[in-house]
Amino acid sequence: MKFSEMWLRQWVNPAIDTAALSEQLSMAGLEVDGIEPVAGVFSGVVVGEVVACGPHPDADKLQITQVNIGQPELLDIVCGAKNCRLGLKVAVATVGAVLPGDFVIKKAKLRGQPSNGMLCSFSELGMADDSEGIMELPADAPLGIDIRQYLELDDYTIEVDLTPNRADCLGIKGLAREVGVLNKLSVCQPEFQAVTPTITEQKNITLSAAEACPRYLGRVIKDVDLSRSSPLWLTEKLRRCGVRSIDPVVDVTNYVLLELGHPMHAFDLDRLAGDIEVRFARDGEKLVLLDETEVVLKANTLLIADSENALAMAGIFGGLHSGVTSKTKDIFLESAFFSPLAIAGKARQYGLHTDASHRYERGVDPELQRTAMERATALLLQIVGGKAGPIVEAVAPEHLPKSAKIDLTEAKLLRLLGHPIAKAEVTDILSRLGLAVTQIDGGWHVSVPGYRFDIGISEDLIEEIARVYGYNNIPNVAPQAALSMRKFSEAELNVQRMRELLVDRGYQEAITYSFVDPKVQHTLFPQQQALVLPNPISADMSAMRLNLWPGLLQAVQHNQNRQQSRIRLFEYGLKFIPDAAAEGGVRQVAVIGGVVVGSFSNEHWAIAERAADFFDVKGDVEALLSVTSAGAEFAFERGEHCALHPGQTARIRRAGNVVGYVGALHPEAERKLGIKGKAYLFELELAAVGQRAIVEAEELSKYPANRRDLAIVVKTDVRFADITASIKKVGVNQLVDLKLFDVYTGQGVADGYKSLAIALTLQDKTRTLEDKDIQVVVNQVVNVLKDEFDATLRD
Amino acid sequence: MNLTAILDNALQAVAAAPDIAALDEVRVTFMGKKGSITELLKSLGAMDPEQRKLAGQHINELKQQVQDALNQKRDQLQQAQLASKLAQEQIDVTLPGRKLDDGGLHPVTRTIARIESFFTELGFEVKHGPEIEDDFHNFDALNIPEHHPARADHDTFYFNPKLMLRTQTSGVQIRTMEQQQPPLRIISPGRVYRNDYDQTHTPMFHQVEGLMVDKNVSFTELKGILHDFLQNFFEEDLQVRFRPSFFPFTEPSAEVDVMGKNGKWLEVLGCGMVHPNVLRSVGIDPEVYSGFAFGMGVERLTMLRYGVTDLRSFFENDLRFLKQFR
Repeated sequence: MKFSEMWLRQWVNPAIDTAALSEQLSMAGLEVDGIEPVAGVFSGVVVGEVVACGPHPDADKLQITQVNIGQPELLDIVCGAKNCRLGLKVAVATVGAVLPGDFVIKKAKLRGQPSNGMLCSFSELGMADDSEGIMELPADAPLGIDIRQYLELDDYTIEVDLTPNRADCLGIKGLAREVGVLNKLSVCQPEFQAVTPTITEQKNITLSAAEACPRYLGRVIKDVDLSRSSPLWLTEKLRRCGVRSIDPVVDVTNYVLLELGHPMHAFDLDRLAGDIEVRFARDGEKLVLLDETEVVLKANTLLIADSENALAMAGIFGGLHSGVTSKTKDIFLESAFFSPLAIAGKARQYGLHTDASHRYERGVDPELQRTAMERATALLLQIVGGKAGPIVEAVAPEHLPKSAKIDLTEAKLLRLLGHPIAKAEVTDILSRLGLAVTQIDGGWHVSVPGYRFDIGISEDLIEEIARVYGYNNIPNVAPQAALSMRKFSEAELNVQRMRELLVDRGYQEAITYSFVDPKVQHTLFPQQQALVLPNPISADMSAMRLNLWPGLLQAVQHNQNRQQSRIRLFEYGLKFIPDAAAEGGVRQVAVIGGVVVGSFSNEHWAIAERAADFFDVKGDVEALLSVTSAGAEFAFERGEHCALHPGQTARIRRAGNVVGYVGALHPEAERKLGIKGKAYLFELELAAVGQRAIVEAEELSKYPANRRDLAIVVKTDVRFADITASIKKVGVNQLVDLKLFDVYTGQGVADGYKSLAIALTLQDKTRTLEDKDIQVVVNQVVNVLKDEFDATLRD
Repeated sequence: MNLTAILDNALQAVAAAPDIAALDEVRVTFMGKKGSITELLKSLGAMDPEQRKLAGQHINELKQQVQDALNQKRDQLQQAQLASKLAQEQIDVTLPGRKLDDGGLHPVTRTIARIESFFTELGFEVKHGPEIEDDFHNFDALNIPEHHPARADHDTFYFNPKLMLRTQTSGVQIRTMEQQQPPLRIISPGRVYRNDYDQTHTPMFHQVEGLMVDKNVSFTELKGILHDFLQNFFEEDLQVRFRPSFFPFTEPSAEVDVMGKNGKWLEVLGCGMVHPNVLRSVGIDPEVYSGFAFGMGVERLTMLRYGVTDLRSFFENDLRFLKQFR
């Protein structure tokens, strides 16, 4: 909410400057978001009167005037404004005046006519962004007085960002109450007289939804003159609170809204048929709003209606048909209390948010309706004349909010704050806040006024006490807790370990959005449905990712477009797999994945340039798996994945379950996504790699190890993993290591065959292996390979 | 040949030997089986004892002198050889080594890791939860009933009215409290989502929420722990202030500001004493237990810590940006 500091100070005027006042408000929980002067920096502008005014002899659009500024000499001033006329009181920048932007007024000649000053508009004085014509001052403005003084322009617009609980501060009255509390000052309400009705005309009011609207006041005012405009003092106050002047009726209801925090509404009396009823909408009922949009009402919407039609959305927005126009002669003024629950969320369901709904859904003082009505009536009669009828009040007292009665104990206050505050001080703070406080044994009994919707339980009182006492007057203390040791599982692998491993292997961690471009995702997962956001930021951020690759590949695109050719990225996060059987219909699986594109190494004098390939990335995955110290439990097998090259995809299993993939991006996806170079991708489910085996140490053999090398020739499609498995079955306990040290195809090896060079290391725990023992094992191995894979020894 | 002449010849030959092989030849020429000094020694047998004794003495002296010269020369040549080998083997040690350039952690991860370490030191446990959350855990249990104005402030990404991307990690508190009884000390870092995208908002960002519930947990302790945290995080004796605020799930509530280098207060986190409705919603008696909770925006803290100026750069994953965080 924006408010004028001057207006606030008319209610309560602490002896502190603007900055200190703002600081004080912020530190009381009414956060000040901005402070703006209400006018530009200028000097030398005074009130004057146009005492002579005629056309400029040589310019159609200019007038020559004589202006009286209360000095013996009249000023000759040329003016271009259309509204410049005889008898008008104006703001005169005299010679030597400095206007905003350091614009100095000098004696001048305009088309040959002398001009010793300037008649100013609102915008020229920094009081409006744009304005038509020159400023028109009231007829009683005293001549010669400095305009800054006359309009009290040494004022600031202060904007407070109010939290939803402090609806009581959505008006000068509430802000003043708060400032009074903080400064231990009493607040003086401006006095005004209740209007004595001069006519008897009235409308009957029926509360058909008394729970939602337990109090409704209405009053007829006849014969208003809406050709008059709002006085400057009124429009200035509105302007300084960020509200534009519309017409006198709207301006007055807005004035009351700003002053008392109470929304009001005015109807054109002639448009109302019969009585007033406050009721819920009938499903499908229609209403054209003041902004000329037609809405189909939902049955949960509270309405003001007459005997025939819906007139307005209660507490939210008026209707066009019953609205006040410049032709309106008679009005019906409304001042009502609508329950927050009846209004909350209703404006939003129609895409609306108004000053009224903002206040009603947070809570308006249920005792303020009559005051607001009287205040508005008095102002209206003063500005547009008319005759007021009696106030008709319909009320259902049983549905009015009950004043909360709360007991607070000293023990609880101390327990929650951890800092003692003297009992008398607590009593004082609560009383100053307008709460009725009785000290009772060991605490307080408090009765909360209706406008504090936010205070319902003792914790709320504690906040009020702490807030006014000052959060920063409460000491900082280190928490105390039992030093009980937490459970730490050695088997549980921290994902940080995996991250660091990948970082050490040259990967940069990325964080990509969890929602990705559905087109990119569809390219990678043409068959799979993803969860889609109904209201995304944009279409290309609308599909929940099915794995980490769409986001990572988009990051690759981003970097390739910025001359980065060697890219190694990894990410850790959730993927979202639609699954009717899972909580919320989606499985949220933690995965760690990566992408590699470009050369294996940065260009280096001693490393041959080559592109990274499948086995580089597989090596990184194997390194990740070996962190689990259960690397042997994982198996890589030839696999299929819709995003990967069918001949370069490995599926990774642990104990039979698929836990991840590593492979080359499918060339078709590579082309569609415009990835330059071959991309290799991997992804592992964290649940599968997040557990490591606890080591069981083995005794070392005292006997020497023996190495035997074998070179075998097998068909190209024979998988090394199968060969290893067979050799291990033969070697059993004696085979302590198996290394593949060469894979060869080409001269000397027939087409369709490959040669594998394998080193076996044999060792026994109980004895030294003799040559003949070793030969037995090697022969067995050769025989098994021959039987199972048709392997031959290479000469 | 007399002994002096032999000695002269030998010493000259030793001195002239250019390398170890040549020196070896010199040794053979004089001291080998058929070498001239060996021959002299052989000739002793033919002498009478008197003469033999004297001549033997002379010849042995001669032999010793030659041997010494040979040894000395050998040492010299070996030194020279080593020096030349070392000179040849010299390399430019300033050439870059063979290595895979290491990557780096994302600055957001780095900040979370630091925050985790501060709090785990104090016995806080790190908890994670789902990012697609139901309205009970994201709102209801946090004392934000349907139609509460605070819901409107959240710019929630809904899948349907019951299911949404979490707007805060506070749901993890609820999930933890549903399963564990106090004393509780947890922090929950993670991604959160709000439907807002401009210079200062990204639709996804990270929060760390903390919660401590025990008997007699108080506001002074909340102030104490956060004060210490901020001093530690920024490694500076920063001015910190607590400002009253409003969150539906805490009462009293506060926002915490630190004094920036430009002399302006910067809001860095929100906190408060856990609202009794929240404790009740998970079956904890607020008359027996109390708790504090706090939440901080990780990107905000990261920006302040490392001088990052554009929030959006965190999710562009531009290597030139990321590589700065080594």
